Amino acid sequence: MSDTFIRTAMLPPQLPPVTERGAVKWVRENLFSSWLNAGLTVLGVAAVTYLVWLSLPWLIHGVWNGNSLNECRASIAANFGPDAGGACWAMIHARWYQFIYGFYPPELYWRPVLTAALMFVALTPILFSDNRRVAAIMLAAVAVLTILALALVQMPAWLFVLCSLGMTGLFYIGTEAPGRLIWVSLLYPFLTFWLLWGGSVWTPIMALAGFVLLAQCYSLLNARLGVVLATAIGIVAACLWWLLVGGIVAASAQALLPFGLVPVESDRFGGFLLSFVIGVSSIAISLPIGILLALGRQSNMFLIHTLSVGFIEFIRGVPLITMLFTASLLLQYFLPPQVQFDLILRVVILVTFFSAAYNAEVIRGGLAALPRGQFEAADALGLDYWQAQRLIVMPQALKVSIPGIVSTFIGLFKDTTLVTFVGLQEPLRGITTIVRADINWKGIYWEPYIFVGAIFFAACFGMSRYSLYLERKLKTDHH
Amino acid sequence: MANPAPLPVTDEIAIQITAMNKWYGSFHVLRDINMTVARGERIVICGPSGSGKSTLIRCINRLEEHQQGQIIVDGTELTSDLKNIDKVRSEVGMVFQHFNLFPHLTILENLTLAPIWVRKVPRREAEETAMYFLNKVKIPEQAAKYPGQLSGGQQQRVAIARSLCMRPRIMLFDEPTSALDPEMIKEVLDTMIELAQDGMTMLCVTHEMGFAQAVANRVIFMDQGQIVEQNEPKEFFNHPKSDRTKLFLSQILGH
Ligand SMILES: Nc1ncnc2c1ncn2[C@@H]1O[C@H](COP(=O)(O)OP(=O)(O)OP(=O)(O)O)[C@@H](O)[C@H]1O
Ligand SMILES: [Mg+2]
Repeated sequence: MSDTFIRTAMLPPQLPPVTERGAVKWVRENLFSSWLNAGLTVLGVAAVTYLVWLSLPWLIHGVWNGNSLNECRASIAANFGPDAGGACWAMIHARWYQFIYGFYPPELYWRPVLTAALMFVALTPILFSDNRRVAAIMLAAVAVLTILALALVQMPAWLFVLCSLGMTGLFYIGTEAPGRLIWVSLLYPFLTFWLLWGGSVWTPIMALAGFVLLAQCYSLLNARLGVVLATAIGIVAACLWWLLVGGIVAASAQALLPFGLVPVESDRFGGFLLSFVIGVSSIAISLPIGILLALGRQSNMFLIHTLSVGFIEFIRGVPLITMLFTASLLLQYFLPPQVQFDLILRVVILVTFFSAAYNAEVIRGGLAALPRGQFEAADALGLDYWQAQRLIVMPQALKVSIPGIVSTFIGLFKDTTLVTFVGLQEPLRGITTIVRADINWKGIYWEPYIFVGAIFFAACFGMSRYSLYLERKLKTDHH
Repeated sequence: MANPAPLPVTDEIAIQITAMNKWYGSFHVLRDINMTVARGERIVICGPSGSGKSTLIRCINRLEEHQQGQIIVDGTELTSDLKNIDKVRSEVGMVFQHFNLFPHLTILENLTLAPIWVRKVPRREAEETAMYFLNKVKIPEQAAKYPGQLSGGQQQRVAIARSLCMRPRIMLFDEPTSALDPEMIKEVLDTMIELAQDGMTMLCVTHEMGFAQAVANRVIFMDQGQIVEQNEPKEFFNHPKSDRTKLFLSQILGH
């Protein structure tokens, strides 16, 4: 016998056995890997089945057309028998606009629609700056949806044409160079304010001028007086401008060149329009403030450090509801009666402070995770404080903090429903109560909550998915 | 190790430190430091751990603040005046033990960042300079990668190139090879030797005695925050004067 072996035919590759393949393998590994797991699977399936069995008839029997709850019930009884339960979506069909726009004048619905559309345009260069394909898809979708939505609301024909052309133009700019849309992002806060509240165009322009003044002061004085002093002088100049000069200039400009939109009072705001106004502005403003607070807390200048710590700890120690009550009641006592300080503005400021304090702590965690060598390398290369923060520190610290920041934002957005306690008509309790007080819809219970909940879920889920996308994109440490 | 030709040392003064003292809290970490560095000099600083070597060279670009005495770098005195600090930092390059590259930027971005933002060099020009120095440290092909994708030796060479892109007149090295595996030490030392041959003024904290003998024209030995002995390398290694130096040399050279 010899040990010599020579293969005469090569073996072709074969598929793995059935139990190691595809769905079978997945089920075995994920659902029935052990007796405990198998038991949990069976229990889980049973629970889900039970829930579906309970709710499915109610959903299937749902009625979309009708003018009152009684009509819904009659229609369900006629179709599915007298004992059948069913959803009365007709309520949403009839009153959806109130959930979305609150009491905004219907003939001006185009303004919130345009604001929402521009929000996505403004977000594109920030969220998808380096992914032209995603940016183009997003802009195309926004342009198409906006034009459709504008076609459905009342507005003058020439304005419709103008807005449609504008959206198409933005789409083209965005596909050519998404980075250039950053101008839309910078102007967006002022544009939004003007579109939603209306009034003279000069008010937002003067507000913008304050920021330009700040930037000018900083860049002029930075070289001579140093970062801190230049920033402080810039802020003081801007505040003086806003409080003393801006209003007068705006008024005289309006007198010379009157141009404006029909004003809409704050008490017409409600529903998701209100939630988004509060949520989006607070999110947008609280991130920079949170960054500044986190840096302040790290600062070795005693005053700045103490103020930051005091602010953060105070805000985090007080429930949001308390602060909202403060916003609606106490400020009225302290401010002179002739000072008109808009309730929505007050709420936005407080909600912003609230999430800024939380963001500051999340970002501080990110800063602490940065090795000291990063700061030293930035210093050694001669970068000044703000350059080092912007180019070296923040990109890394914020990257680490993304999950925490997005959690704060999601929490903030859901917390906007709390403004109901100061009498604002947010969708969950405010509008729902109004709808349920309507004689036609008296007794309706689940449907408005499901509708409102679904919209909140979509917004929060979107944020959460985006944060995952961002984390994956920013992953450059291939260790 | 290649033996470079003797290099000219000018009498122009690059760094002048007089009667400098520094404390961490109540701990007197640097005591009465006096030293003068001429332009073109290559100085190696050695000494036991905790003797204040890092602190000394970090004082030279004001990563640490001194409390007494005078440090003049290229004619600019280091005080709390931010303008002076910026001026000194833009003339002094520093290489760290742990590289301290920016992990979120590519190699090329690491190299162009400071020239673009501090020196206000146009991006195109900054990129050309960056590629020139990447060629010089022999890793031009890594320009598009991120620091995390490079070996330790490559990262340290990028860090050297990053400093050079700012066109410094003085380079500080704080144990540039002590975080590296033995086979990578040579590639970094070779880069530093080349730099020395180009006439760069260098202050280098290192325990690589081969490097000291090859390129240094002065070796400074520190202990307990003080300069204990300084001499030209041959004398320093062959005929140390102080007992502390003898003890230290016997430990690191294993006599
Ligand atoms: N930030 C600091 N605060 C307090 N003490 C410090 C600080 N940095 C360093 N020290 C102390 O100062 C002394 C000198 O430190 P330094 O880092 O300069 O030593 P070194 O000679 O570079 O040592 P090594 O060879 O270990 O790097 C050490 O005793 C150290 O513990
Ligand atoms: Mg050291």
